[in-house]
Amino acid sequence: MRAILLRLVGAIPTLFGVVLVTFLLTRVLPGDTATYFAGPTASPESIAQIRTSLGLDRPLPEQFWRYLVDLGHGDLGMSLTTGQPVKTELVNRLPASAELTLCGLLLAIGIAVPLGVLAAVRQGSLIDHACRVVATAGVSLPVFFTGLLLVYVFYFLLGWSPAPLGRLDAFASAPKQHTGFYLVDTLWAGDFETFRAAAAQIILPAGTLALFALAPIARITRASMLAVLGSEFIRTARASGLSGPTVVLTYALRNALLPVVTVLGMVFSFLLGANVLVEKVFAWPGIGSYAIEALIASDYAPVQGFVLTMAVLYVLLNLAIDLVNRAIDPRARRGA
Amino acid sequence: MSAVLRVQDLSVAFHTRGGVVRALDRVGFSLGAGETMALVGESGSGKSVTAYAIMGLLEAAGRVTGGQAWLGETDLLAADLSRIRGRRVAMIFQNPRAALNPIRAVGAQIADVLRRHGGASRFNAGARAIEALRAVGIPDPARRAKAYPFELSGGMCQRVMIAIAVAANPELLIADEPTTGLDVTTQAVVMDLIQAMAARTGMATILITHDLALAAERAQRIAVMHAGHVVEEADTATLLAQPRHPYTARLIAATPTAAGSLDDLQSVPGGLPDLRRDDTPPCRYAARCERRLASCDGALSVRALAPGHQVACTNPLEAAA
Repeated sequence: MRAILLRLVGAIPTLFGVVLVTFLLTRVLPGDTATYFAGPTASPESIAQIRTSLGLDRPLPEQFWRYLVDLGHGDLGMSLTTGQPVKTELVNRLPASAELTLCGLLLAIGIAVPLGVLAAVRQGSLIDHACRVVATAGVSLPVFFTGLLLVYVFYFLLGWSPAPLGRLDAFASAPKQHTGFYLVDTLWAGDFETFRAAAAQIILPAGTLALFALAPIARITRASMLAVLGSEFIRTARASGLSGPTVVLTYALRNALLPVVTVLGMVFSFLLGANVLVEKVFAWPGIGSYAIEALIASDYAPVQGFVLTMAVLYVLLNLAIDLVNRAIDPRARRGA
Repeated sequence: MSAVLRVQDLSVAFHTRGGVVRALDRVGFSLGAGETMALVGESGSGKSVTAYAIMGLLEAAGRVTGGQAWLGETDLLAADLSRIRGRRVAMIFQNPRAALNPIRAVGAQIADVLRRHGGASRFNAGARAIEALRAVGIPDPARRAKAYPFELSGGMCQRVMIAIAVAANPELLIADEPTTGLDVTTQAVVMDLIQAMAARTGMATILITHDLALAAERAQRIAVMHAGHVVEEADTATLLAQPRHPYTARLIAATPTAAGSLDDLQSVPGGLPDLRRDDTPPCRYAARCERRLASCDGALSVRALAPGHQVACTNPLEAAA
């Protein structure tokens, strides 16, 4: 427990750095918020007036201080394009992004870990080569391309999946919100019809993300399994006559998972980035597409809010990975 | 005497990128119930390969190319070894900490073997694992059962290894350099423990070591290996007093004793031959041998000089009077 608290406190300087850098970057970027907000027909006077009312005419340190004070009150500012508080929008959109990313990651783990294990156990076999092909394809295809390809094949050509327009098709209504994850909420409400609709919508974008995440997970699983299978304690386990499944799953896989879990953290952070593109392709109402629109409009507050949210997510993610590592590895538990 | 293990003409080859390595060539020995035999030789002489071949644990590149290995009435080269390993033949290794699963409590590792071979159920395996730890002399076994290998000393880990190995009361224990890497007092304790377990259960022991002094102290019989051949086999006293193979004599001269001075020690000249060559001479020691004759390039045969004393040499040393 203390270790967790220490980790969280240790993350505060990092978060401050993120706040500072995003603040500066959004100010450095080309594009003038006041001009954009005032519209194409606005007179210079009205633009200047808007600039004053937004506080954009003040020196940067003062602007930054006011931003920090607002942050301290939990206020992320207003979006100029939507007129909504950034916090409300992020809270509303975060579950969509989180659901998509987690589904993608789980799908990738579900395929890549068994694939990597089989490839290592049957080294040089057909499945080993399949693993290599999938891994190479996964890293060489950019997500927006695989996303569009999947839409083209499964929606346009085959007609198997619904139109890639958000989390639910027009005929279904959103479930009552508990977690904000449609797949969970629909099951919670016992509404299998809507569950099916939500699943049909999420499968292509999640698959796109999974394809992207497959490669590193499968590779590290295979490499790590090979290293562990060649180690002395596996020889002992074999010499003790333990059954094949016990040797591979209980003895080898649990040891091999340690590097895999660490890589999962990196993969998850890649996914958070890839999410932005995938949400755009599938019109997914998540925080990624929200941030892109804001960025194009030079709308500072949502961009800052987005980056800060990502940073917090990343800190929490690393903490979670630490906890999983501790659960698997007794040396990490007692060493700390 | 009915033999627990009978190995005849066992040959093993490794297919490597550099060619076929004929790691074992017609290795033969046998040992009876309760007997301790030492396999002695320098690194690379094929001691461990012999053990792995018997256990069916050769790496993928290794193949048994000929010969036989019988465990009682069981043909080890044909049998389903998954039901024999750990149950009838067990093995302990050097570097015990690396030989144990680093993220599994030692009690659980013993329990795994007990459930597989010892007829333990899920419910009593834990209690029996604690008993097994007590039997190998680990103090406070109930607490130590929950410990992980990194929390135990090397000697303690080797005791755990022994507990795992003898869990199913095997007929044969192969100890592959069991004391290498342990400090001297721990070495003695571990060897005492192995011998006590062997005496209690009547299992036969193969002690694989490069340390002739250790073999002399612990084994009733010694087989000396050189480059994949068993060059001489005899009971310990005979072998030490009357070595007949030139290599055995050299090995004895290279072993420190409490009485002798270090200056008297002599190294064995030369190195092991390249076993990848097709023209490996019949006697693989010939290139290092000072007693080499023209007839040494002919076929090499194993000669029985006395009951239980065999030597693979065309020109053996004279028996001391």
